[in-house]
Amino acid sequence: MKFHTRRPTALAAILLSATLALTACGSDDTGSDSEGGDSGSGGGDLSMTMLPKNLGNAYFDTSTKGAMSAADELSIDLEEVGPETGSPDAQVSYINTAAQQGKDALILSANDPEALCDAIDEARSADVKVITFDADTNPECRDLFINAATSEGIAAKQLELISEQIGGSGEIAILSATANATNQNAWIEMMEAELAENPDYADIELVDTVYGDDEDQKSFDQTEALLQNHPDLKGIISPTTVGIAAAARYLSDSEFKGKVALTGLGTPNQMREFVEDGTVTAFALWNPGDLGFLATYAAAALVAGDITGEEGDSFDAGELGTFEVGADGVVLLGEPFTFNTDNIADFDF
Amino acid sequence: MSHTDVEASASETLLVEPSRLSPTRRALGTVLRSRELSIFLVLVAVTVLATSKNESFLFSSDGLRNFLLNPSILLLLAVGQGVVIITRNVDLSVGSVMALTAYLTGRLFIEVPGIPVVAVIAACLVVGALLGLVNGALVAYGGVPALVITLGTLYIYRGIMLTWAGSDRINAGDLPREFLRLGTRTTLGIPWMTILAFVVLAAVGYYLHTARGGREMYAIGSDPDAAVLYGLPVKRRLLAAFVLSGALAGLAGALYTARYGTVSSSVGSGIELQAVAAAVIGGIAIFGGSGTVWGAAIGAFLLVTINRALPSLGIEDFWQRAVVGVLILGAIVLDRVLATRQARKLAESRDHS
Repeated sequence: MKFHTRRPTALAAILLSATLALTACGSDDTGSDSEGGDSGSGGGDLSMTMLPKNLGNAYFDTSTKGAMSAADELSIDLEEVGPETGSPDAQVSYINTAAQQGKDALILSANDPEALCDAIDEARSADVKVITFDADTNPECRDLFINAATSEGIAAKQLELISEQIGGSGEIAILSATANATNQNAWIEMMEAELAENPDYADIELVDTVYGDDEDQKSFDQTEALLQNHPDLKGIISPTTVGIAAAARYLSDSEFKGKVALTGLGTPNQMREFVEDGTVTAFALWNPGDLGFLATYAAAALVAGDITGEEGDSFDAGELGTFEVGADGVVLLGEPFTFNTDNIADFDF
Repeated sequence: MSHTDVEASASETLLVEPSRLSPTRRALGTVLRSRELSIFLVLVAVTVLATSKNESFLFSSDGLRNFLLNPSILLLLAVGQGVVIITRNVDLSVGSVMALTAYLTGRLFIEVPGIPVVAVIAACLVVGALLGLVNGALVAYGGVPALVITLGTLYIYRGIMLTWAGSDRINAGDLPREFLRLGTRTTLGIPWMTILAFVVLAAVGYYLHTARGGREMYAIGSDPDAAVLYGLPVKRRLLAAFVLSGALAGLAGALYTARYGTVSSSVGSGIELQAVAAAVIGGIAIFGGSGTVWGAAIGAFLLVTINRALPSLGIEDFWQRAVVGVLILGAIVLDRVLATRQARKLAESRDHS
């Protein structure tokens, strides 16, 4: 449904903006001199574009919902556009459109760190503030990046959860994505280091790391092999959404249900069934709603000139509190969010 | 090597004029000489080895269940594939058909709350059969090799699935509990899915072995031109073979969803090759006309069991695939050797008489 209505809208927008650009050319030359006055397209309200990786994706539906509620609070005119598939070139035309429409800011989740930079540069030279969230571009081509969680935070959170669930001692194993997945390998390395150094985890032993290649069936089979090869296994960490769901499905009707703990990174929709039936007590991820909310507040602060994206700038983000811009223009949302029986019903992504 | 004269003559009689032997000796000879038995012995050896290394491979409630349960989806595909290969064709689209019906299963449960499980499975069978019918019609009436046709439909069916599903996925939470339980439910320690697969296997195996239609499929596979000249209903039999393969792939899709609870767009990619491998390893000649679905079923069991056993034996991922490759090559070489030896023996005995 969304797909069918949005394509023509985008097309119409391009046509409209093209005609507007033709008529507005003359006044633009004089108007752009006054810095503060170019937000006035909608009677003082800011106008922004939200560009997720793709539409029809529950994760981004949630982040857009968060962004919309922030937009309501700040009376921003926020419009969501996006391609159907998550390919890098698909986002370019939407970035160009936002620039032609003279939006105040563009909030996007980049499908590619490099490929979008030219389009983004053009938009920024047309005075559009560009904020990335969830997935970053190269730091020099955007104003701010809203990072969901740091690698350290993710690694630490997962160890904290598993340690809690197995009572602080015993054998654990990791079910990862592919053997060369950059994110997962970074987290695993940090977890290994933390296990070796942190005295709280002295009694926890990491006995095996296996790879499910982010395929349901393979992750499922690897979980079976893990349980078979390590009869004393107390817990499994799966830092990938496909892996944790497959492992949970295997555990949920095996003799190890409730005996072997499982945690990691998962989405509430995939894990709901297994949290409700007691296979999994808690798992982590960030809250994409908060991510969209924060990105919108950051965009507003940038446009208003409260911050410039320099390290040390700080701004207010409504109910989420005050945030500070870190090195390379990165704003950190915080620790990963823990989902459990109490709160999983509140999420739909 | 050192056959006694009695054995040698018995084996020759079995080959040239089986009716001269008593029925028991004939049956015994057939079983002992069958490819199915040798593959079965390999399966037993793998299982014993893995169990001796790790008792829970077989002797734990999960172990036994998984031993029986995990191959059942591939078994269904291998049975369908076996029938198609026996007619000297191949069906490469089964993985895509399975993906489509797996997603259909999830969608039906979401769109029509409270839909009976039986209705969903029936829908999958029908959709699978229809997709198989398309394959069969193109092969039978188009006169294009099945390899090309089903390679095309492999991509077409997968494309339909990708367009339909997009980035959407079916999660376990979307499915009713009773359906998910079907994936692991057991009676007397035997999973329902395995029982279902065995019933299908028995029915198809019996049909191929005894029914006129089944024998005609072997005849078509042995020599398609001769079958046409002889007046066999070649087109009808080919349609039936592809419809069966499609319907079984459809059933496999429903079972996949019940077992794994998650359907993403990559479901079943590459499984068509495993199905062909299972059939070939199980002794079905790739050029048709010989082999049994029993063999294909044992082949499916062997493939899945090897994949389960090798990690337990501490053998790396790469070698697991290599072992499967060696098995396929071994099966084909054995096939050639046996075929030439048989041809030579037949020629010799004709010269003697």
